[in-house]
Amino acid sequence: MTEQNTDVIQGTLDLLILKTLSLEPMHGFGIARRVEQVSRGVFKVNPGSLLTALQRLDRAGWISSEWRNTANSRRAKFYVLTRAGRKQLQIETADWTRRASAVARLLQQEA
Amino acid sequence: MSIWRETTRGLRGLLHRRDQDREIDEEVQQYFEEATIAYREQGLSDEDARCAARRECGNLHAVKEQVRTYGWENTVRTIVADVRFAGRQLRRNLGFTTICIVTLGLGIGASTAIFSAINPVLFKPLPYPHPGRIMMIWSTWQGARSEIAFGTYRELSQRSHSFEAVAIFEPWQPTMTGGDEPQRLEGQSVSAGFFRALGRAPLLGRDFSGSDEGPHASKVVILSNALWRRLFRADRAVIGQAVKLDGNNYTVIGVMPRDFEDVLSPSAELWTPDEYNSSQITREFNTGEWGNHLRMLGRLRPGISRAEAARELAVIARNRWSQFPRPRWASLERGLIVDSLQDDIAHAVKPALLAVFGAVMIVLVIACVNVINLLLARSARRAGEFAVRGALGASRRRILRQLVTESMLLTFLGGALGVAAAVAGVRVIVALSPPELPRLDAIRFDPAAFLFAFVLIAMIGLLAGAVPALHVSRDDLQAGLGNASRRIIGTRLWTRRFLVAGEIASAFVLLVSAGLLLRSMQRLVAVDPGFSPSRLLTMQVVTSGHQFDDSPANPGGPDRRRRFFEQALDAVRHLPGVESAAFTSLLPLSDDSPVDGTYGAQFEDQDSDSGYDVFRYAVSPGYCQTMGIPLLSGRMLDERNTASAPQVALISKSLARHHFGNRNPIGSRLHVGPMDRPWYTVVGVVGDVKQTALSIDQEDAVYLSTRQTWFADDTLSFVIRARGNAGALVPAVKSAIWSVDRNQPIVRVISMDRLMAITEAQRRFILILFESFGIVALVLAAVGLYGVLSGSVAERVHEIGVRMALGATRSDILAMALRDGMRMTAYGVGIGLVGGLAASRGISSLLFGTSSLDPLSWLGVLAVLTAVAILACWVPAWRGAKVDPATTLRSE
Repeated sequence: MTEQNTDVIQGTLDLLILKTLSLEPMHGFGIARRVEQVSRGVFKVNPGSLLTALQRLDRAGWISSEWRNTANSRRAKFYVLTRAGRKQLQIETADWTRRASAVARLLQQEA
Repeated sequence: MSIWRETTRGLRGLLHRRDQDREIDEEVQQYFEEATIAYREQGLSDEDARCAARRECGNLHAVKEQVRTYGWENTVRTIVADVRFAGRQLRRNLGFTTICIVTLGLGIGASTAIFSAINPVLFKPLPYPHPGRIMMIWSTWQGARSEIAFGTYRELSQRSHSFEAVAIFEPWQPTMTGGDEPQRLEGQSVSAGFFRALGRAPLLGRDFSGSDEGPHASKVVILSNALWRRLFRADRAVIGQAVKLDGNNYTVIGVMPRDFEDVLSPSAELWTPDEYNSSQITREFNTGEWGNHLRMLGRLRPGISRAEAARELAVIARNRWSQFPRPRWASLERGLIVDSLQDDIAHAVKPALLAVFGAVMIVLVIACVNVINLLLARSARRAGEFAVRGALGASRRRILRQLVTESMLLTFLGGALGVAAAVAGVRVIVALSPPELPRLDAIRFDPAAFLFAFVLIAMIGLLAGAVPALHVSRDDLQAGLGNASRRIIGTRLWTRRFLVAGEIASAFVLLVSAGLLLRSMQRLVAVDPGFSPSRLLTMQVVTSGHQFDDSPANPGGPDRRRRFFEQALDAVRHLPGVESAAFTSLLPLSDDSPVDGTYGAQFEDQDSDSGYDVFRYAVSPGYCQTMGIPLLSGRMLDERNTASAPQVALISKSLARHHFGNRNPIGSRLHVGPMDRPWYTVVGVVGDVKQTALSIDQEDAVYLSTRQTWFADDTLSFVIRARGNAGALVPAVKSAIWSVDRNQPIVRVISMDRLMAITEAQRRFILILFESFGIVALVLAAVGLYGVLSGSVAERVHEIGVRMALGATRSDILAMALRDGMRMTAYGVGIGLVGGLAASRGISSLLFGTSSLDPLSWLGVLAVLTAVAILACWVPAWRGAKVDPATTLRSE
């Protein structure tokens, strides 16, 4: 039996996090679950990489964080997209689209 | 903005580590719990949900660890931890650490200090614009550099086209009156192009111009910045004011900048234009204009090389032009020497400085080798520790980093000590330095030396860290665990044996050099100066003022000068505590210029082209008796040799032998100095005296009475033989001389013993350095030998046990270990013999009366080194011999 590769494509984790947070503030597990659901299980994010990436984005100034209560009133660290983060998301989205369509064109060519 | 966050978050991480850790723990824990809740909501039981969440999250500790290691602060944290751990390790082996740090500190400190001292002389460009274009121009006499005459300078400056500016200069020591005590200043009399040739201009006022030169120009002076501050409190309105020097008013026309350094005369504080008269120069040779006592410098035109200038001057020297006639002593037959100013000021001390530098480099290498050896020995002992750490998961890189951190920490501690030692060392060198050492004021712990030390420190640290680390990584770490480490230790010991042999060789080279220098010093101290130096006080008395002038306007000036000196001497002679006293124009072994004291002498039976260069001593009757110079035949000068009496002279034994061989010189006649004066009749022959230095056999001399010489010397040295302590007489003698005339300065008050010590200061300086370096090298080599042999005995305990069990006696074991140590010593000495031969050739110019193969030095050093080596080997060998075979064999 071959296991499907569920690793996030190298370098896209930041984009996925920013996109996810652009909808609403979320805590770490929420982000992971959302990425998994929206990608219909294609991508699975492991908590170590995710939390490290959140630290990196926080330091870059694209997201900020605060401790809040969840829907079922438990304390959790929520991450919010900042203004700079929104701009970064636009840049990265445009960049990704450009690359992805280029890859797609290349793949279609031979067929 | 992100850099700001990067920094603040990182710092927060460093400073509030616990808070940050707790937050991460909490977040990870919360993530896990959210995951559990999510699985429960999918309908799993509590237990199953927890399992599923765990599967998804993996090991929570690993996650926390992964998040925690994000950020630059973690690198810092690891380094800090490494350094802390290294510090603990070093503290645990306090003996090892101390030896390493002291060894490195001594090596680095000594080499930095020596580098600081030689850098300004040998390497650092002189503090002038385009210093490489400044040349010194010398005449040649007996193959060496010699001063030139004003007439020669005039011809060269008019005929040569290689130079942008040329200048001559000579010492000028005017007496300044008007203060409390008459003060003698140190200055230079220069031609107008002097500062232009150096490339510097005054800060205030103007430079000299051609119209300031010559006998009829008004008297002007340029002050150094320091003198300006001292005399005029840095008053900018100084230009145009007058200074009273030698009874004349000199107008201040300029002040030099503060950073102006006169390397040609470091103590010069004021400059005045020369007063040479070129109107009679082509007709009259018996004048000061043709005396060879000037030094000459020139600044090359851009694009002209030293060699081109030298070729041009050689052509000028060879081809005489009729409009520039030359006397016999300025014929330029032997050509001219052109040398860059930098090489010129260094050339007298260069061999010595390079020798000292070489010596200190050897010390540094030995120090490094020793530290590397100590680190190797330690890493051998720690093989087990590394194996355990490897087994627990430390990567090879991690262990390497730890080792390098440890050795870097060690090196930096040693380096810190070294920098401190260097700062102190530079002070010591300046205090001990011989007067010949140029640019003494420029010697300080400078940034270049600091950089030098720092690079050394870093290189040594990396080397000392890498070498043991390479040993660790070459073999499988796990091998250490199985106690199968003997093979590694074998190779390591081979490296260490090789290094120790090198150390012994280096120590041998240094010791042989030190031995040869020591023998030279012994020979030198044993040299008879030709007089008796004990209880002899000397001082220079200068006459200044117009009342002494030798000019038609001042009849009797020279007689007044002579009378002052005689009255002063009379006053000194009558002091209690004075056994005898006399004066002389030229004091042996002093800094009196040998050039100014040298005159041509011609005996009656010589033709006009031959003659001798002799030292002319104008003395009071009784000078030879006071100095203790023995009379060999004839009679001494006495009070009857007045100006009106027939002129008489004493000649030295050396001059008598050169001219007369076995014939009796008494009654023969000679000229000294000008040929148009009455003959001097030789009335006595006295012993030879060393004038310039104990090592220089230049002893042709003529003694004349001051009353019978053709000019009255304006500066005489008094020599006073005390009954008791010479130093105690100084105030009384000064006030006795000043009781005759208060306005005459007394300078260079010094006992003859001290003067002789200063004369040989350069040799003594080098000897002290070589001796201390030699001893340090010997001790370091002994420590190295001891260390390696101890290590080897410790490694071979098992083998020794087996040997003893098989019947080897204690003395067999002792002999075996000693043989091992002595073999290393023998190899070291073997290499050292070769190195020593090269080194002794290198320092041959510093030796005196000692062959570079002097058997006593070589055999002595061999004996000392062998004795020390046996001592260093004995302790570990003895420890080996005391091994109890039963214990060792049982412990295996």
